[in-house]
Order: sequence, then structure tokens, then C-alpha cells
Amino acid sequence: MEFFERFAIPHPDPMIYASMVAIVLVSIAIVAGLTYFKKWGYLWNEWLTTTDHKRIGIMYLISALVMLFRGGADAVMMRLQLSSPEMEFLNAQHYNEVFTTHGVVMIFFMAMPFVIGLMNYVVPLQIGARDVAFPRLNALSFWLFFAGAMLFNISFVIGGSPDAGWTNYFPLASNEFSQSVGVNYYMWALQISGIGTLMTGINFVVTIFKMRAPGMKLMKMPMFTWSALITNVIIVFAFPVLTVALLMGTFDRQFGTSFFATGNGGMDMYWANLFWVWGHPEVYILILPAFGIYSEIISTFSQRNLYGYKSMVASMVLISLLSFFVWVHHFFTMGQGALTNSIFSITTMAIAIPTGIKIFNWLLTMWKGKIRFTVPMLYSVAFIPLFTVGGVTGVMLAMASADYQYHNTMFLVAHFHNTIIPGVVYAMLAGLTYWWPKMFGFILNERIGKWAFWFNVVGFVLAFFPMYITGLDGQARRMYTYSESTGFTPLNMLSFVGAGLMAIAFILIAYNIFYSIKNSPRNVGDDPWNARSLEWATHNPVPEYNFAIEPEVNSSEAFWDHKKKKHTLFKGKIDKIHMPNNSGIPIIMAGILFVFGFSFVFSIWPAVIIAAIAFFACMMYSSFENDQGRYISADEVKETEEKFGGASK
Amino acid sequence: MKLKWTLLTFIFTIATVLTGCEPLLVLDPKGPQAATTADVIWLSIITMAFIVITVLVLLIIILVKYRASKQDDDYEPPHIEGNPIVEGIIVGIPILIVIFLSIVSVVSTYQVETVPEGYEDQEPLVIYASSSNWKWHFSYPEQDIETVNYVFIPTDRSVQFKLYSHGPITSFWVPQLAGQKYAMADMVTTINLAAESAGEFMGRNANFSGEGFAENTFNVIAMPQDEFDTWVDDIHATADPLTEDIFNELLEPGHLGQLAFTGTHLEFSPPPEGEHGGHNHGSSDDTEQSEDEHDDSEHDHH
Repeated sequence: MEFFERFAIPHPDPMIYASMVAIVLVSIAIVAGLTYFKKWGYLWNEWLTTTDHKRIGIMYLISALVMLFRGGADAVMMRLQLSSPEMEFLNAQHYNEVFTTHGVVMIFFMAMPFVIGLMNYVVPLQIGARDVAFPRLNALSFWLFFAGAMLFNISFVIGGSPDAGWTNYFPLASNEFSQSVGVNYYMWALQISGIGTLMTGINFVVTIFKMRAPGMKLMKMPMFTWSALITNVIIVFAFPVLTVALLMGTFDRQFGTSFFATGNGGMDMYWANLFWVWGHPEVYILILPAFGIYSEIISTFSQRNLYGYKSMVASMVLISLLSFFVWVHHFFTMGQGALTNSIFSITTMAIAIPTGIKIFNWLLTMWKGKIRFTVPMLYSVAFIPLFTVGGVTGVMLAMASADYQYHNTMFLVAHFHNTIIPGVVYAMLAGLTYWWPKMFGFILNERIGKWAFWFNVVGFVLAFFPMYITGLDGQARRMYTYSESTGFTPLNMLSFVGAGLMAIAFILIAYNIFYSIKNSPRNVGDDPWNARSLEWATHNPVPEYNFAIEPEVNSSEAFWDHKKKKHTLFKGKIDKIHMPNNSGIPIIMAGILFVFGFSFVFSIWPAVIIAAIAFFACMMYSSFENDQGRYISADEVKETEEKFGGASK
Repeated sequence: MKLKWTLLTFIFTIATVLTGCEPLLVLDPKGPQAATTADVIWLSIITMAFIVITVLVLLIIILVKYRASKQDDDYEPPHIEGNPIVEGIIVGIPILIVIFLSIVSVVSTYQVETVPEGYEDQEPLVIYASSSNWKWHFSYPEQDIETVNYVFIPTDRSVQFKLYSHGPITSFWVPQLAGQKYAMADMVTTINLAAESAGEFMGRNANFSGEGFAENTFNVIAMPQDEFDTWVDDIHATADPLTEDIFNELLEPGHLGQLAFTGTHLEFSPPPEGEHGGHNHGSSDDTEQSEDEHDDSEHDHH
């Protein structure tokens, strides 16, 4: 019996039981549906084993949207709990679990896959490649992310969710103060998906360096590809730190070491340092691709070339370097003294300079342009002032002396949501809408999209601007309740209303997808936005080989040159095309790691050992497998091209 | 355009709230340290408002002037690579602003980290503030008393809080007197502050520390020195002595009201400084010990 007791929820609640039932029912429905419609073969052959960067990208995006709703539900629960004083909707323990999972899900399982999904879909197209450098590794990256996400999400029905915050500071996260298996889940879910992300980083750096179309020098790459390159370089340098920190945390919790546990020479702030040495570059991993997306969209819908291309690249490089020298600003209050804090205060503020350059470059891109207010452009236009507010409050937080007052308050919460939502989330929504016709061959309904946009922006302002004020009035973050005498009530109620509007916005976005699948016209052509970069030079939706003929490029706006300056993109004739084979190995390996992680969480050592052996067996098998890929014959390519309305342009 | 108006209306609403209602705690300082941070905050708000308004105005002008619906169908926007003068300006102005704010930041950080200006000659009143789940213990080594969840301090006197934790990391915060500092289990950190008006101030742990975190608060009561001395005498006359057993009971996770004792726990449960510091690895080796003491004294004197 004792064995099974570990799997029980430590703090049960009717809502959790209802979720358990819902999860079981949905799983049964999915399995039954797939069986009834005989779709198992399709699912396995076309999606689960695919190595096509476009399909992997779409799977990332679907996962990200699902996780957005999970993390969003957490957010609405938190705002509801704080909407009135002494609210009894959630108790302290549940509130702690909810804000912990909200943070982890939104950063690791929503924002990261959203960013990586768009990079997966767009980057090979923008550089005129047929796939990424290591297609099977790319599939493995996705499935490791997916295994990590699933492992994290079952925590709240089996064994209990982590409850030490997404930053998971020790010693709060140690066995002494967090006794359930929740933090073990945190360690392994992030470990597994983090290794996947590290592989993505390596994969994209190689892809961008080695697989660009002829003529595309580094300084002729589209801005989104530039941002992807820099992002992936940051991933390669930052994620190993997370891997090591998580492993040390696991050792502390499960093998009795004391790296972070106090006593026996452990240091509690060691975790905080390692976490933020990874964590601060991480926020640039999220925001730089967003900058890239905005650059593409603003340029396209202003019908102008991107202003200051060189300074855009230079500022991103500068940001990526500085991102590794600012981590201490996450704990100015640790007591490391005025000198250390002064240094990190200055390096942090220095980031405002390249970021400011980018803001002005976007403004100057619109200057003398011909601005069309489509949904992607609306998000980009709203991004500029809102992100500026987020940026300047970041500068305020960077002033160490003032940070002693902002730290750990709602002011900080307002600031980072003010950068992440208009910065990253709007960019993802804008990018998704912008590249949607590229993926599926039709445009998302603009009318519903604009409604969603307005709900999003108004909701955001109402939800987060009041937090700046309550923070300055002494409301600490992560408090599950407050008394009426604090005077926080009206502004927290306003935040709740804002969160409700944002929830409506995201429901509208989901509805828009269903509506547009049914109703949108399919004859939008290959270039619905009058765009400028190479991904629009192929068909909508993109054939599996991307480009029938490898394009030749002579500027960062190759497709625009093709349209306006009669530059010939496609020289030569259609030939057979070499493509990677599908492989079941990645999903099997990820499944094995899921079992490994789950068993490790509950210290079921025989299963851990068996899973580890099986994992290495898969690696051995992959190493000795002779997979030369396959060819699509020239005739087949020609046939496909004709179906899309004529051979290459 | 609607967006701009929404934003503007909102900024005005915020301004009204800021000026109309009671002042926000952080911007209503009662001592020199909090006054410094409040000044820095106001200065940065004004500088930052200038930047936000500039961006907003530029954006509105550009959107109004260059929107497609206002232009000829055959207008073809020009290709503009960049202009050294324009780029010089957009790099130069942010650099100047950052240099200005960096100077303010460094100077004020040194100010709030040291004894408040004008109090340098005084012998500071030393109070050890240690947190346990989810309480604050205040030990007055000089007065030989200890309180739980409330602390009396004399006004117009330099007070030095020595912070550490009996459990998870916490953050000692009295917004109207000074900014935060972490209390940790393996070292002692220091806050220097002074209260310049009598009154009762909200203090709390600002760093999430588990289930009882929300209620992990304390009161700071500032009063003139003579009243403070009377209070100390009262405690000596009325309170029970703090024994190790009682103290261990106090440490049990949970919430307690306000308590007072004679004697402090520092005698039988020394703070993690000097030879008891977390960095000495429990070793009795002489050379290591002296190095560690050196380490710890650095921690104390910033």
C-alpha cells in the first residue's frame, strides 16, 4: 500500500478530481476517435514520425496553444483569488501550486515551443533550405519537449504539483520544506525538455551557418533568421547551466547531497545564481525572435525595407552578449554590497541602449511607408508603446537602490508581464497570423482577429498596469490573500477584469481558427501580404521539399527584388530532390525518457535502470542504422508544382 | 487610434489615483533611506515618462501620416538604408540617459547601503531580525530582550538590522523605512536605517517562503528614545525569560501573535556569522577557520 500512497495527491480538491475525470475522458475520446476513423496510420506516418521541419513546427505550435490555455486558466484562477480581500476560492497551498505551474508552463511549455515552432517553420524557408541540418535530431527535440511537458502536466493528478515558484529557490525547494514529489517533477520535466531545447540550439546554428541559399551572405539574411541565429547561440551557451543546476537539485533532493541545502557547506544562493545565469539569457531567447518577427511584419506592412539593417543586427549581438552579464539584478537584495550591485546595475541599464535603437528603427521603418493595419501589424503597432513601457520600467528596476523597493512586489510582476505579453506573446500571435497562409493556404479571419486584438490590448492594460501601483503600495507578489485594510482591493479587481478580457481574446483566437478553417477562401495565392523575404517565393501551403529549385539570392529582400527589380530567383531546371526519411526513433526515445523521468520522480529505481538501458539501446541503434534518406523524382516534383499552378516562377 | 486614447485615458487615471488617494507606501517615506529610494523612483518615473511620451508621439504622427488609406494607390515607399546622423541621435540619446541614470543608481545604492547621512557619529542600535516559518524574531543583544512579530525602534537614531533565517530565504521589508534585503540561513546581512517620525509601519517578508508566506508580517513601532527606554524596562519587568525549549517551540512552522521575552536566543542559538557562518563547513581546522572569518567579515561590512 505504501508504494501506491506516494502517487496520491497530497492536497486533494474537487477541482483536481474533476480534472482527473476530464483527462481520462478526453484521452478515451481521442483513442476511440482515432480508432473509429482509422487515423492511427495517418497519425503515425505523417506526423508522429515526421522529420519535416514544417510539420514539426506545426506540432510545436499546437502544443504551445494548448499550453497557453492551461497556463491561462492558472492565471485567471490567480486573478480571481486576488480579486477581493480574504477570498476563499483557493487556499495558500493551491495558490502556491497554481502560480508555480503558471510560470513554468508559460515560459517552458508555451513561450519556448511557440518561438521554436515558428523558427522551425520559417527559418529553413527564409534561407532557401529544404530542411534543417539534422532533421531527425529536430524530431527528437520536439518529442523531448513534448515528453517534458506531459510529465509536468500529470504532476497535478499524480503525486502533486511543484509549489516553490517557477524560480524554485532552495532551500524552499529542498526536501525539508517541500516534501511532496512536486519539485522532483519540476526537475525532470525541465531537464528532459531542456535537453531538447539544447539540441534545437545546435541544430539551428548549424542550419543557418551551413544551409543558406547561394548568394545569401550573413548580412543578407532576413531579420527573423538573424534573430533565430543569435537566439540559438544563446541557447547553446545558456542551457547547459540549467542542465547542471537541475541535476544538482535532483541530487540534493533524491541522493542526499547538499549543494543548495543549508548546513554541511551548501549555499542557498548558489541555486539562485545558477538559475539566473541561465534565466536571464532565457528571457532574451524569448524576446529576440519576437524582435525578428516584428521586423518582418513592420517592414512588410509598411511596404518598406527595414530601416538600419546593420544596426538591428549589431544591437541583437550586443544584447546577446550583455544578457550573460546581468543575472545578479534578479537578486540585488542578496546583500552582495554596493559595488557588485553598481556594476550589475550599469550592465543591465546598458541593454536599454540596443533595445532603444531597435524601437527607433521600427518607427523609422514605418516612416514614409504605406501602413496597412492587418492583424499582424496591429499587434506590432501595439507592441511599440507597450513594450516601451515594459522596457523603461525595466530600467527603473535596474537602478539597484530603487530595486530594493520594487523587488518581489507586484511592480516586478507588472514589469515582466509588460515585456513578455506585448513583447513575446503578441509577436507569437502576430507571427502565427502572418505565416498562417504559408502553413495552411488560407488567411485567418481579419474581423475576428481584430476583435481578439482589442480585447487583448485593453485586457492587458487593465490587468497589468494596476500592478505597478499596488506594488509601490507594498503588495508583495505570490501572496494568496490580503486584508481589506491594505487598500489593494479596487486595483486587484480591475486586474481580474483585465484577465477576463484577455481570456475572451484567447477564446476568440481559438474560435477564429475553427471559423477560418471552415469559411476562409482558399485562393489567397502565394503572396497574400505582398511580402519581401524568401519564404513567400514558394507555394502556399509549402510543398514538402520547400523549393522545387534552389533559389539564388543577392539581398536580404530577395523576393521583393524578384517582384520589383526583376531579379531571377530560380535558375536551372527541376531535378530530383534528396529528402530525409521519417523515423520512429525520436518518439520512442522520448517515450522512454518520459518513463525514466516519471520513475525517477517517484524513485522507482528498477524502472529507471530499465529505461536508461532502453534509451542507450536506441542511441546505439541510431548510430549503426544506415539511413541515406530518399529522393523525390524530378517528375514527381514537376507534377506537384503544376498542381500548385505552374512550375517555379 | 482607439488604442492611443485608451492609453492616454489610462495614464491620466493613474495620475489621478497617484495624486488623489493616500500616498503609496513606497513613495511615503518616514526615514532617510526610504526617502532616497523614493527620490530615485520619482526621478526615474519622470525620465521614463519623457521617453514613453516621445515614442508615443512619434508613433502617432507616423501612423496618422503614413497610413495606407491616406495615400495614393500608386505611392511606392522609398528604399532607405539608414542615415549616420539619425542613427547617431538614436544611439546617442539613450546612451546619455543611461549614463545619467547609472550615476544616480550608483550614488544612491552606496547611500542606502551605508549608515544614513547625518547618523554616522552615532553608535547604531543593533537588532538581529531572524525569520522562521512564518514569523520574525527580533533580538536586542544590548537591551537583552527578544520580541516576535513586532519591533520597537527609537526615532532619530541609526538602527542596524542584522538579518538571517532559520529556514527558507526571506526578505526583510519595511517599505516606509528602507528597501528589502534577504535573510538567509548561512550568512548574516545588514540593513542600516533610521526612522524620522514616530508611528507604526508595516513590515513583511517579501520573498515567497511557503504556505504561510502571505501572513508573514510584522509591525515596526518607532518612538522617541525615552519612550523606547521605558518600553525596554517594561519588558524586563513583565516578560518571561526566553529558554532554549521555548525558542524551539517558537520555531515550529505556523503563525504566532506578538510576543516578548527577556534574554535573546543569540546565546544558545548563535547567528550564522563569524565562527558559526555557513561557509566554515563545520570544520575545526584552524587555517580554514581564519579564512572563513575573513570571508564573513567581508559579508558584514558592505
